[in-house]
Amino acid sequence: MGRLEIRDLNQSFSKDDGSSLVVLEHMTFDVKDEEFVCILGSSGCGKTTLLRLIAGLDLAQAGSIFLDGEEIRGTSPKVGMVFQEYSLFPWRTVIDNIAFGLEMQGVARAERMKTAERYLDLVNLEQFRDSYPSELSGGMRQRVAVARALALDPAILLMDEPFGALDAQTRNMLQKELLDIQDATKKTIIFITHSVDEAVFLSDRIIVLTPRPGRICRTIDLDLPRPRDRTSVEFANIRREVLDLINQNCSIQ
Amino acid sequence: MKRQTEEDGKNRWLGALAIILAIAFWQFVAEFVIRDSFILPSPVDVLAAFIGLLGDGTLLLDIQASLVHFAIGLGMALLVGIPLGIMMGWNRRLDAFLDPLIELLRPIPPLAWIPFAIIWFGLTASAAGFIIFIGAVFPVIINTYSGFRGVPRVFVEAAKMLGCTKNLHLIRYIAFPAALPSVASGIRIATGVGWMCLVAAELFGVSNYGLGQKLWFFYNLHQMDSVVVYMIILGLIGLAFDMIFRYYVDRYFLRWRTGEVA
Repeated sequence: MGRLEIRDLNQSFSKDDGSSLVVLEHMTFDVKDEEFVCILGSSGCGKTTLLRLIAGLDLAQAGSIFLDGEEIRGTSPKVGMVFQEYSLFPWRTVIDNIAFGLEMQGVARAERMKTAERYLDLVNLEQFRDSYPSELSGGMRQRVAVARALALDPAILLMDEPFGALDAQTRNMLQKELLDIQDATKKTIIFITHSVDEAVFLSDRIIVLTPRPGRICRTIDLDLPRPRDRTSVEFANIRREVLDLINQNCSIQ
Repeated sequence: MKRQTEEDGKNRWLGALAIILAIAFWQFVAEFVIRDSFILPSPVDVLAAFIGLLGDGTLLLDIQASLVHFAIGLGMALLVGIPLGIMMGWNRRLDAFLDPLIELLRPIPPLAWIPFAIIWFGLTASAAGFIIFIGAVFPVIINTYSGFRGVPRVFVEAAKMLGCTKNLHLIRYIAFPAALPSVASGIRIATGVGWMCLVAAELFGVSNYGLGQKLWFFYNLHQMDSVVVYMIILGLIGLAFDMIFRYYVDRYFLRWRTGEVA
């Protein structure tokens, strides 16, 4: 299961001059089990803040978030996260990175290695089992990060612009792999991006945010069948539609 | 790859050649120019003195005494410095509390503590160890502290997302390994500083044995060839400490860093 309910979130930061900056305002939406939702917005629209609240890394000043009916009040192994920057522990090998969460839960070594190896296979990095992160390319590091987050079998996977630092080819390849992984694991995924192309390729639904204060501008349901072809006419049409929507109403740039 | 190693081998011979040439030059100057073994003992004199000192066991006893002093001082510095650095790096209030005190004590040269070392500990190994401790503890504290301060936030948050939430676990599994390169370089600096303090502490009579103490003793006897023997031994042991770091610690404990920083 991985059903998320977000109810009337409000979040603001106090600035140095004493005034406060509203980052999220009346944020309310639901995410269905096994749904792939992209949150699309320009930088500074509060999308990372939103994700950190869902992750339990920050606490909401007002409003609440429920995962499968249970309120989120801190980090939990039910929520997995892939960060924007490289977050693998550089002193641990690939397999030990993937097994970290299980180690923290006290799973015996033999068993956690077995589980970790299964997720290593899932991201196709068997031959890098005992490498250190510094020996991997950026794309491989993010694949390991996905495997590490999935190894605890979370109900929901949060991804904060995970492919933002990668080159276009690697990025496209990882997007395809991510959809395969979702197919295999049936995870609910919330994916943050500022790329319309990426959002249209990946999601069942796109939530577009407006900046300052962050608010939901539009929700777009996509019923394009998968696998999607970026070069097809339908894909291009939807992309144009999303871009137009954004340009007219949501002032994201 | 092979070519690289061949070149490294050749370069090593060049280094050895320089040492041999320097010794030959020294021998020549001592024997034909200075001709006074009090002002400049020749390598041959030094070798003879070395064999004598090794033969009657003095040298080994002094090496042993100095290593004991050093182990006491460095051991205490690690025992005090690492936990203190960790606590100050992890807890901002503790940092604010202790930092002024440490900054106030740190600039006092370790050798200025010698009178109190003697008053508190007498002419014992502990007194020499205390001076080495004073010299070594600050680099350990400061490097541990800055290593902990420099732990990237994303590591801590990633660990929290993976169920590592207790402070003690975060320190053990995340902050300490992330800070280890900095801690190790602090220990390396402390080793160098501690070794220098050792000689000075023994030289000023904090102990009745040891390499520094004996160096001074032979100077008073005007046996300059023996003084040179002790100088060389001090240098070689200092070099050995550094080699341990370069070849052992870096290679086995910090292997994951290869390729990360050139």
